[in-house]
Amino acid sequence: MLTDENRKILVTFLIFPHHSPSMRIVPFTVSAIITTGLVFALNKQWGSVSPMGKFLSPQHGLWQNAEPEDQSFDAELSFSGLKGRAEVYFDDRLVPHVFAENDEDLYFIQGYLHAKFRLFQLDLQTKAAAGRASEMAGKKAVQYDREQRRLGMVYAAENAVKEIEKDPVSKAIFDAYTSGVNAYISSLKEPDIPIEYKLLNIKPERWSNLRTALLLKMMAKNLSSGTESDLANTNAKSIFMPDELRILYPQVPDSLVPIVPKGTVFDKPGIVPVKPVLADSLYLTKKDMVTAGEISKPDVNNGSNNWVVAGSKTQSGAPILCNDPHLELSLPSIWYEIQLVTPNSNAYGVSLPGSPFIIIGFNDSIAWGVTNSQRDVKDYYEIKFKDKSKAEYWFNGKWEKTIRKEETIKVKGGKDVIDTVAYTIFGPVMYDESFQGADSIGKGRNLAVRWTAHDPSNEGYTFYKLNRAKNYDDYAEALKTFTCPGQNFVFASKSGDIAIWQQGKFPARWDRQGLYVMPGEDSSFMWQGFIPQQENPHIKNPERGFLQSANQRPVDSAYPYFIPGSYITPRGITIDNKLAAMTGITVKDMMTLHGNYFNTLAEDAKGILLKYIRENELSDKEKEYLQIFRNWDLMASPDSKGQTIYQCWWDSLEAEIWKDELSRAKLPFPWPEEQTTMEILKRDSVLHYADNINTPQVENLPDVVTAAFKKAATGLAQKETEGKLEWAKFKNSTVYHLIKDLKGFARSGLQVGGNGNIINAVTHSHGPSWRMIVHLTTPTEAYGVFPGGQSGNPGSRFYDHDIDTWVEVRYNKLWFMREGDRTDKNIKWVMKFSSKS
Amino acid sequence: MKFITAIILTALLSFISGLFLPWWCLAIAAGAVAAVIHQKAGKAFLAGLLGVFLLWAGLAWWMDMKNNSVISHKVASILPLGGSSWALILVTGLVGGLVGGFAAITGSFLRSSAK
Repeated sequence: MLTDENRKILVTFLIFPHHSPSMRIVPFTVSAIITTGLVFALNKQWGSVSPMGKFLSPQHGLWQNAEPEDQSFDAELSFSGLKGRAEVYFDDRLVPHVFAENDEDLYFIQGYLHAKFRLFQLDLQTKAAAGRASEMAGKKAVQYDREQRRLGMVYAAENAVKEIEKDPVSKAIFDAYTSGVNAYISSLKEPDIPIEYKLLNIKPERWSNLRTALLLKMMAKNLSSGTESDLANTNAKSIFMPDELRILYPQVPDSLVPIVPKGTVFDKPGIVPVKPVLADSLYLTKKDMVTAGEISKPDVNNGSNNWVVAGSKTQSGAPILCNDPHLELSLPSIWYEIQLVTPNSNAYGVSLPGSPFIIIGFNDSIAWGVTNSQRDVKDYYEIKFKDKSKAEYWFNGKWEKTIRKEETIKVKGGKDVIDTVAYTIFGPVMYDESFQGADSIGKGRNLAVRWTAHDPSNEGYTFYKLNRAKNYDDYAEALKTFTCPGQNFVFASKSGDIAIWQQGKFPARWDRQGLYVMPGEDSSFMWQGFIPQQENPHIKNPERGFLQSANQRPVDSAYPYFIPGSYITPRGITIDNKLAAMTGITVKDMMTLHGNYFNTLAEDAKGILLKYIRENELSDKEKEYLQIFRNWDLMASPDSKGQTIYQCWWDSLEAEIWKDELSRAKLPFPWPEEQTTMEILKRDSVLHYADNINTPQVENLPDVVTAAFKKAATGLAQKETEGKLEWAKFKNSTVYHLIKDLKGFARSGLQVGGNGNIINAVTHSHGPSWRMIVHLTTPTEAYGVFPGGQSGNPGSRFYDHDIDTWVEVRYNKLWFMREGDRTDKNIKWVMKFSSKS
Repeated sequence: MKFITAIILTALLSFISGLFLPWWCLAIAAGAVAAVIHQKAGKAFLAGLLGVFLLWAGLAWWMDMKNNSVISHKVASILPLGGSSWALILVTGLVGGLVGGFAAITGSFLRSSAK
C-alpha cells in the first residue's frame, strides 16, 4: 500500500518542475502530447480491440489471470449474510464439498463459489437471456436481443420470481444464493476480474433473483423452444395434402421404442379437448405462408440419454443409474460439480452456475437424472391489430387493449434501440411488421406466442426437494410442480426402485392443434386445458428390469393425447436393444455403453443404399469409397472412414429427395426427420418424391441414390486430399468458449467419434455435457466427467483439464464426502466461512 | 550511474504506483524520475523505456513461469501472436516501455533548463 513516505516522494516529483523558471516549452509540449496520446490510445477501446495498455499491464491486465500452478484456494472469509459457520473442502479436481449448518448458508456459499469460479459465465448467460447481449457484443447482437425480448424471456423470468417469492422457504433460499453471488462480486478487486471482462472492457453486474430466474428460463428456451416447427410446418401445410403431411411428418415412427414400454395400458383421459367447429376451413386446410423465422432457434440435438437398470439385471444386485445430457459444449462448462451438505441433507452432482441446487446427481438414498422431453409446448396465434399503434387487437368480437412494453436495448459503442412489444391474452406478439426474425422480406403477419415457459412456476424447488428425496414417493412428489421445460426424470433408489416420469405442464391438444399457426381472433383455438399431472407418461419397476429415455416419443399410439414434438428415435432403439440383451451388468458395462458408437440408423440405411446404387456408373475413385462403405462396421468411431462416407452420402440423398419439393416457395420448411426418410425408403421403393420436379425426366430411386453418391464423392475427395476422411478429423469436434470468436480459449480437433443419433452423441460442437454413473450400493459408488473443468478462468489449470478424460470416455470417481472425512488426504484446500457480526 | 539509478527508480516507482493506481500512472512515475535524475533526452528516453520494459516484461515472465504459460499461450493466439508466450511477454514489455520512454523524455525536457 501507499505509505505516507512514498506519497511524499511522489508529490515532490510531481510539483518539482513547477519551480523551474524557464523550460524548453516546444520539445516539452511535443513529447507531453506524444505521451498523453499514447496513454490515451492504449487506454481506449478501438472497435473490438480492448484497451491494450490496461490489458497488457502485469499489475492490471491478463497476467493477473495467470493462476499459479501451485495456487492455494485456502481462505478464511466472513460475511454478514451468513448465519453460522461453514467449511468448503476442495479435492484435487477443485470440486467443493460444502458443509454448512443450514440451508441458507449452504446456498449462500454455492452462490459465492459459482461467482468465484464462473462469474463471467453467470453474467453473460443471463444478459443474453434477458436480451442484453448488445451491451457486450455491440450492434451485431441487436436482432438477437429483440427476439429474446419479443419471446418474453424477461416476462417469463418475472413471473417465475413472483412464484418463487410467494413461498417463504423458497424465497429464503434464492435470496441466500443471490447474496452469496453478490458477496463475491463486492469483494472482487479490479485486477482479479475474469479476463473476458478485460477483453470486452466491461464490468460485472450485481446478481438478483430475477437473474437466477433468467438462467432457468434460458434453459427452458434451449430445451422447449426449438422443439416445435410451427412456422415452417405452416408452410409445409400450404404445399402438401393432409395425407402427405402424415407420411412426411408422422407422429409415431414405425421403429419407435418409447420410454413407457409398448403395450402399456393407459387410463381414460381426464380431459378430452374438443376440436373447434371451424378448424378444417380456418386452420387445417387453410393454405397460407409464413415468412417469419427464429434467429436463434435452439439446436434440436439438445437431447440426452438416461437409463437405469434394476438390481435384477446387475451383478451386485443394486440398481445402476446413468445420464448424459447433450448440450452445446462450452468453456467454461455448462456444469459445475459440487457436494452440498447440511445436518439434514447430503447431495452430490452437477449444478448450473447461476442457480442454486444440484440438477443431476445423487444423495445417500436415491439418484436421479434428466433428458429432454422434446415436447411441443409453444404455439403461435395470428393477431389482428386495430392499427399500427398495436394498442388494440380483435378478440371475441371486440377490440381488446394490449399491454405495450417498451424495450430499451443498450448497445455497446452505439445508440440505444427502442422496441415495443405488445402483449395479448395469448402472450407477447413476437412477430409483427417491425420484426420478422430471421426473415427480412416478410410482409409482416402478427404472431403472438403461447408458451408454457411464460406460466408462473418454480422449477428450482423441484430440485431442492429432489436433493433431499429419500424414496420413490419423495421423488414423485418433488416432480409434481415442475412445469417447463418438460423433462424425463430417471430415478433409482437404494431400496431397489427404478422409475421414469416425463414431467412438465403439457397442453391437452385436439388432433393437430398447434402444429401450425392458429387463428387468434377469438378463444376457440386456445388451449382448453392441460394433461392432468398424474397422466404424464411414467413407469415404475417394469418387469424387464430396465428403463431408458433418449428424446424419443415417450409413448406409443395408445396414449390418449395428441403430443407433437421434435423427437429423436435412433438412440432409444440402440440403448433399449443393448440393455435388453445384458445381464449381470457392472459399472464398467455402463461406461462402455456411454461410449458406444453404433449407428442404428445406418444399420437400416446401409442395406437400402447398397440396394439402389448403380455401381456400373461409378468411377474408380467412387468405387473405392463404395468399397470402404460396404466394409464399414457401422461404428462411428474416430478413425472410421465408413462413417464419413455414410454421413455425406445420406445428407446428399436427403437433399436430392427433399430439396426440390421444399424449396418451391423459398421459405422455411421442416425437413422430414432422417428416421422418417429412412422409413419411407424402406417401405416404398417407388418413392415419388425421388423425382426431381425441376427436371423434365422422371427420376427413380436408383437414379437419386446414385446421383447423391456421386455428389458426396466429390466432397469426400476434397476432404481426402486435406487428410480429413477419418470421422474425427472430418467433424473436428470442438469445445468453444462461450464467446465463440475467442478461438484461443477453445479446444478443437478432439479425437472423438459419435454423432447426434448415436449414444456417444458428440457432433462438431455438441454432445454429452456430463456423463454420470451411480451404482446404488452402500456406500454409493459414483463416476462422472464433463468436457471442461471446475474453473472458468482460461488461465487456470482447472479450466479444461478433464477434456481428454471425457474424450476417452474415462471417468472421475466421485468422492461422496462424509462428516468423518474432514481430515481426509483427498482434501487439498479448505475455505472457512463465518458470519460477520 | 545516473542512467542505472534512473532505470531502477523508474521500475520501482512504476511498480508501487501499479499496486493501487491505474496502469497509466507509470507515465507519471517515469516522467518524475526523469525530471529529478536529469539526463539528456535520448538517455532519459532509454532509461524510461528500459525501466518500464524490465518491470513489465519481468513481471510477465515471472507470472508466466508460475502459470506454466497456460494463459499466455491462449492470449497469444487471440491477439494474434501465433500462440507464442515469448512474443506476448515482449509485446507487454514494449508497450509499457514505450509509454515509460516518452514520459521520461517529457520529464527530462521539463527539467532541462532548470539549471
